[in-house]
Amino acid sequence: MLILKRFIMMAVTIWVIVTVTFVIMHVIPGDPFASDSTNYPPEVLANMRSEYHLDEPLPIQYVDYLRDLCTLDLGPSIEFKSRTVNQLIADGFPASALLGLQALVIAVFFGLLFGIVAALNHNGIVDYIVMGLAIFGISVPSFILAPLLIKYFSVEWKLLPVASWGTWRHSILPSLSLALMPMAIIARFIRSSMLEVLNQNYIKTADAKGIGIVSIIVKHAIRNAIIPVISFLGPLIAALITGTFVIEKIFAIPGLGKYFVDSIFNRDYPVILGTTVFFSVVLIIVLFVADLSYRLIDPRIKLTSKGD
Amino acid sequence: MATLSEERALFRPVPKHSLDNEQIKRPLTKQWKITLTSILKNKLALLGMIILFVIVVMAIIGPHLVPYNYSDQSLTNGNIAPNSQHWFGTDDLGRDMWSRTWYGARISLTIGVFAALIDIFIGLVVGGVSGYMAGRGKIGDRIDNILMRLVEVLYSIPYLLVVILLLVIMKPGLKTIIIALSITGWVSMARIVRGQILQLKEQEYVAAAQKLGTPHYKIILRHLFPNMLGIIIVNLTFTIPNAIFAESFLSFIGLGVQAPIASWGTMCNDALGVILSGQWWRLFFPGFMISLTMFAFNVFGDGLQDALDPHSRD
Repeated sequence: MLILKRFIMMAVTIWVIVTVTFVIMHVIPGDPFASDSTNYPPEVLANMRSEYHLDEPLPIQYVDYLRDLCTLDLGPSIEFKSRTVNQLIADGFPASALLGLQALVIAVFFGLLFGIVAALNHNGIVDYIVMGLAIFGISVPSFILAPLLIKYFSVEWKLLPVASWGTWRHSILPSLSLALMPMAIIARFIRSSMLEVLNQNYIKTADAKGIGIVSIIVKHAIRNAIIPVISFLGPLIAALITGTFVIEKIFAIPGLGKYFVDSIFNRDYPVILGTTVFFSVVLIIVLFVADLSYRLIDPRIKLTSKGD
Repeated sequence: MATLSEERALFRPVPKHSLDNEQIKRPLTKQWKITLTSILKNKLALLGMIILFVIVVMAIIGPHLVPYNYSDQSLTNGNIAPNSQHWFGTDDLGRDMWSRTWYGARISLTIGVFAALIDIFIGLVVGGVSGYMAGRGKIGDRIDNILMRLVEVLYSIPYLLVVILLLVIMKPGLKTIIIALSITGWVSMARIVRGQILQLKEQEYVAAAQKLGTPHYKIILRHLFPNMLGIIIVNLTFTIPNAIFAESFLSFIGLGVQAPIASWGTMCNDALGVILSGQWWRLFFPGFMISLTMFAFNVFGDGLQDALDPHSRD
């Protein structure tokens, strides 16, 4: 029942996003053929507009769009002739998703590791080093880190390719630059919640029973310390999704972020709508999964229809 | 065996003057004074405070310390490394980087501060109303529900999409960026405020005020808001750098302030093409300033959070 409610809520959210984007998009001055208007006679332009149904009244375009959306058809791209938005997404998304996923894995794994090590070494030298790195990670934006990584790892030391996309080696630097900030945030979160958890009586009991330190951490501590990180995972993934825009630009990666930014400048209506809807759906599903995983990790938390 | 009267003689009445010991000798300390002392003791937070102070002062006087304007071009003096004339070097159009860096500080800080203030204002209103109305009859619950659904919907839209769309509709400029950033930014503030209000309104003093017939707006303004001030201020120290960061990010993909106005983000973006040709100062100064500001706000915010938390006080 609650899950059903959540699904209805998700559908409503997507509908609101489509509507808002549709309205905003048509309020933007200019249309996809604005730059061609001096090159072609008005009859040709009118034909082009009718080809993409831009001459019909807006409410009809809106209803048409919603109807097509239900069959997962996002329409044709106007700028990239003869290609559909579905094809563009299919082209661009794998690179963006791989980049984001790799960054997420790096951020979560090393964030957890550093946070736990720092907490176990509370106020020791390792703690200070890790927290120093974390503050560095939070302070330096990815678009400053990325050029520095390129300069040293690719140009000076020639260890990795400078840019573009292809082999796995191409994805190392972009993933690292994308992962640093979330990794630092996770490490800080985990450290402070770990310090709290390690003081609890059940940890002392486990210790008194003679359970080894590794078992205590893996079986008892992490499960309780990870909750605040999961609630942060939604915004984190949103940041990774949008963060790839900049990283894709710096490393010249043919991902979805590039299509999105270009489509706005070109007034490529179907691409703007399609990518916005696609990004939002990805984000909504991720938020939903994060909510579900709460319950797996901590059975005391009940899945409710409310956000918090 | 001692008699009762003998036993009683073993007890002596307490002399009256010793009751003075019960008095509170230490003068009452105001909350802000406790906070300040606590921050001054925290070296990292103090460092953050000093850095912020220096950046603000330099943003005001920095551009006036050199004879160059931030937008004056001098093509013959392009791409000069830092020297005694141009302390931070010049960019490819011969514009003085020192002047541009501090001018950029003005732009970035203005955007950060205003966007954060608007966020907090809207967040307080929406979160306050929503949290206060929750559990107050059918209508109250409905208002809370509607506002929270709105927040939820906004929360699940990637903010950058909205910001970019808005930037394209409105004329590019400082005002547009501030509006675009705050239109999605208030959501997390509203959630925090609502959570706080839900917690605080169960306290006895709020119940007492209600029974005494205090009007709703007065309960919210006089009893609830002052008790959340700490959390709000701490949130401010995290919202400002986020807004500065978002502005740099937008400038970086070409949607920020328009030339010739400089912000740290546009300067980094301009420097991207030349970083490989050895002009390190083009990226270093604006990039370093962004990082330094983020660092200062973060450590200062952490210190403030500890200072305002009675549990962590010694």
